[in-house]
Amino acid sequence: MKRVFPILGVLTAILLSYALYMALVVAPTERTMGSVQRIFYYHVPSAWTAFILFFINFGASVFYLIKRNPAADIVALVTAEVGVVFCTVVLVTGPIWARPVWGIWWTWDMRLTSTLVLWLIYVSYLFLRRFSSSGETPLLAASLAVLGALCVPFVYFSIWFFRTQHPQPVMGGGGSIDPRMLHVLLINWLAFSCFAFLVCWSRYRLEKLQRDVDHAHAVESLLAPRGSVR
Amino acid sequence: MTAPTGITRVSLLKDLRLEWRSKDAINSMLFFSLLVVVVFSFSFDPTAEESRQIAGGLIWVAFLFAAVVALNQTWARELRNQVLDAYRVSPAPANSLFVAKVLGNFIFVSVLEALMTPLFIVFYRLRALGPAWQLLLVAVVGTWALVVNGTFFAAMSLRTRSREIMLPLLLFPISIPALLAMVQSTTAILNGEGARFWIVLLVTYDLVFTTVCLLLFETVLNAE
Repeated sequence: MKRVFPILGVLTAILLSYALYMALVVAPTERTMGSVQRIFYYHVPSAWTAFILFFINFGASVFYLIKRNPAADIVALVTAEVGVVFCTVVLVTGPIWARPVWGIWWTWDMRLTSTLVLWLIYVSYLFLRRFSSSGETPLLAASLAVLGALCVPFVYFSIWFFRTQHPQPVMGGGGSIDPRMLHVLLINWLAFSCFAFLVCWSRYRLEKLQRDVDHAHAVESLLAPRGSVR
Repeated sequence: MTAPTGITRVSLLKDLRLEWRSKDAINSMLFFSLLVVVVFSFSFDPTAEESRQIAGGLIWVAFLFAAVVALNQTWARELRNQVLDAYRVSPAPANSLFVAKVLGNFIFVSVLEALMTPLFIVFYRLRALGPAWQLLLVAVVGTWALVVNGTFFAAMSLRTRSREIMLPLLLFPISIPALLAMVQSTTAILNGEGARFWIVLLVTYDLVFTTVCLLLFETVLNAE
């Protein structure tokens, strides 16, 4: 297991470099937007990766609620953290792309609002994790994750209805994608997924180590004779 | 008296009695709500035509903040007197306590809404162009959505640092679809448009989240 991680790390680095090269050099330039469009190859894979990570968080939380498996709890924490990072990337690269193309940094259309609310829900999950001083934080966090995940369809559905009933700024998008662009997009998605997996794995090991250390300290304090523990 | 409904009734009556004698929550909610209304009146000039467009949002924001005041004190008394520990040790089902708390909060917030609504009508010169009974339905269903999630999250944030701020931090993101529905349905009814989609969404939201909260409350209660 210990040797796999560096090998995977090198492979991921190579894949990310290749994906970067593809995105910036090989991919055909978009007709109307020009080179700015290349942010698309970071924006969309980040979004997909974030959604997958949040979905894994939901699964791990449900598993923890049923089985109380500590590893599932660490997976839930890790995927939420990395998912929030990727979601932040989406919310930052979006306006960067929007400004030169649409002339505005932000608009309250369906997709942006839903992504922002998704981000808010998982940031609140991380707040609970950090601020809770109960001994059973994993259970509370898992409950919150389940509620949050159940809320997501409501968010999308309600905001969809809300925003399609009102006049919208006219935006490009939709329609088919050039197969070469799709190819580059999928390569970038693969690279991002590998990177996300590596970061999650690394964070998982870190968290597990931290918990083992805390547990060892607790046991030591309990077993030490009275008065001899600093 | 050990049937779940008996426990719920006893718990609810205890809370109502305590509140009736002290009137802590209702007074602070009322005053806070009034302050919010006044502050909003500085930001938006409440002339008749514009006010009908924004009134829905203003009303529900005021009620949301006031509800947070009520929710924050939901479990405070129980925590102070170790009642929660006693409850956990007893064979009483946790859900009975949860339902009692939710109903208590629902009654408090409904009383607040009933008292504040005439004030809103006066301050913003509101007149519903649509069927006014639907506003009552929206109020009931919307308040339930806020209160059921709020009571659940209040229990969840019992053992957190900064307990008072944790509750809104957890409650607001998850309540966004319900808030959107409440605001949009109120605005639609005030302007004589259809609110059926939003009311249906609210009812669905209520059903889903009440069920999930009931399923998970025992876990949360024992997790403290």
